[in-house]
Amino acid sequence: MAQVTLRKVVKKYDEVEAVSAIDLDIADKEFVVLVGPSGCGKSTTLRMIAGLEDITGGEIAVDGEIVNDVPPKDRDMAMVFQNYALYPHMTVYQNMSFGLRLKHFPKEEIEKRVQEAARILDITDLLDRKPRQLSGGQRQRVAMGRAIVRNPKVFLFDEPLSNLDAKLRVQMRTEIKRVHQKVRTTTVYVTHDQVEAMTLADRVVVMNRGRIEQIGAPNFLYHSPATRFVAGFIGSPAMNFLPCRLEQAGDGLNVRLSDSIAFAVPAERVQRYRPAAGKELTFGIRPEHLTEAKTNGSKNLATFDAGIEVVEPMGNETMVFFSISGTEVCGRIDPNAGARVGASMKMAAHLDHMHLIDNASGRVL
Amino acid sequence: MTAATVVMDKSAPTRPRYGSMSRDRRWALRWSYFFLVLFAIFFLTPPLYMFITSLKTSAEISAATNPWWVYHPSLTNYIELLTSSTYIIFFRNSAIVSIFVVCITMIISVPAAFALARMKFWGSAVLATGVFLTYLIPDTLLFIPLFKMFAVFNEWTDIQLINKWWVLLIVYPTLTVPFCTWIMIGYFASIPKELDEAALMDGANYRQILFKIFIPVALPGLIAATIFAFTVSWAQFLYPLAFTTSPDQLVLPVGIITTLIKGDVFNWGQIMTGALLGAAPPLIIYAFLMDYYIAGLTAGATKG
Repeated sequence: MAQVTLRKVVKKYDEVEAVSAIDLDIADKEFVVLVGPSGCGKSTTLRMIAGLEDITGGEIAVDGEIVNDVPPKDRDMAMVFQNYALYPHMTVYQNMSFGLRLKHFPKEEIEKRVQEAARILDITDLLDRKPRQLSGGQRQRVAMGRAIVRNPKVFLFDEPLSNLDAKLRVQMRTEIKRVHQKVRTTTVYVTHDQVEAMTLADRVVVMNRGRIEQIGAPNFLYHSPATRFVAGFIGSPAMNFLPCRLEQAGDGLNVRLSDSIAFAVPAERVQRYRPAAGKELTFGIRPEHLTEAKTNGSKNLATFDAGIEVVEPMGNETMVFFSISGTEVCGRIDPNAGARVGASMKMAAHLDHMHLIDNASGRVL
Repeated sequence: MTAATVVMDKSAPTRPRYGSMSRDRRWALRWSYFFLVLFAIFFLTPPLYMFITSLKTSAEISAATNPWWVYHPSLTNYIELLTSSTYIIFFRNSAIVSIFVVCITMIISVPAAFALARMKFWGSAVLATGVFLTYLIPDTLLFIPLFKMFAVFNEWTDIQLINKWWVLLIVYPTLTVPFCTWIMIGYFASIPKELDEAALMDGANYRQILFKIFIPVALPGLIAATIFAFTVSWAQFLYPLAFTTSPDQLVLPVGIITTLIKGDVFNWGQIMTGALLGAAPPLIIYAFLMDYYIAGLTAGATKG
């Protein structure tokens, strides 16, 4: 059980800055997910917490104690690697007990812990096998078991599900969440998959180009992204971005997307957006907030006609693609709404969920 | 391949020309067997000739009969050699030298390879290449400066290094250590980095990573290096010829040549017998380790 604190942590490879002065507080028992595209510095950050990379600047503290120069073996953290990194010459039991044997735990204690972890992960039958006799999912369980038996202060996961097929990935995701709810160990988890980040995390840390873009609970990030990057990265299919102009319209404001399409900004947001009036901005809206226009239209709904270009039925919903002044836009409609390729359709934008983004700073207004 | 195409052209001129996997395979097998047999004959003839000659008496060897046939087989050569104390001494010297050289080589090479493969330090890459370049210098060039060094050492310290069998323990590793280190660097480098990182996280220090992870995982490489070191020291001829002279200090290859050739009398029967018996230990070691070696190579090679 431990808190992990990063203060102005910097990592440089020669002159390239992989991680630039990040600050992060991870609370005891918290499940924090670092997410971002490849090369954003998330794995480097994790490896610095682990002690596998030395840090160029700043400090990392565990329970208030600075561990910058403490070797990995003395940090009492356990790590699960993307390619499992099981010791190929040892059985599952030996793999899981390796760390405990190095620390000269008594045999009975090792036996007890391994059996307990094997029970949690449902791998009791595999204890005598070698890693090469296991499937990918089983190997991943063993790798987790090896971490659990140590009963460490912190769990570190480095893209643990990336090598699994889609179905297994979903299963193991649930498994990881279940294990965390059981053992309640502080966890730092790195992934490039925003779905994993959303489903697992107590708090998500979105990283980009070595910096933290935003930290927050999954739903908060989804509904209130701070930057265009976060808005585009979180959520699938991604948020639509359209160039727009914010125009004065009497007391209110209008968002003009094209010559023919303009929406009135909801009254409660006018105050917030007024300083940007007259500027060229980016209008952001998620696909589920672009639906077919219904007859009982609620407040702050703007309707417009769209020429449907592509229809993707998903079963429970249907994705439709159309263009607004040259930019492709995705909407999410009822499968019974009768979308047809080539036909025009009345669509509605739910403006309560719109975002306006400043082009220069990339920040959401 | 060309042969197969020619056959197809004749048989089906009008049909589209499909290849035939079974025919291709048959041809590939024919060629393989042809070359296998060729090489087998080429490489097995000398030992066979040695074996035939070893069963002959000196009189029969010098007689003008068919050299590939034994008319009066006799085991005298074997009995004489195995009861002669000098041959036993050569054999013992060779065994002691080879076993010690293998041990010394492994004790130096394995940690050196581990350090060069894993602990990135200033100049480690240059050093790794340097190790291999050392191996490229032929021993025919090295023995003269080595000889000179020993002479100088003798002048300074009065310790005589020439004509002592144990000096070979210092000399042979100049051949075996660079190559074995190079082999082991390759094997260690092929072990995924995550494996030592996992061990680091599990609380292992470098010594434990080497002994508990790297050596067991790279065991096939270790065995390959062992076989190499043993073969080199067992078969080495030039160094013992240069550095040892008195019969009780000689090793097998030099011993056979120097004691069984008296002036211009070549005792061919015993030379052949001695060489044949001398070849036995490496053969036995290969036979034992090869199974293990191949098992290690193929185990876990495929991703499940």
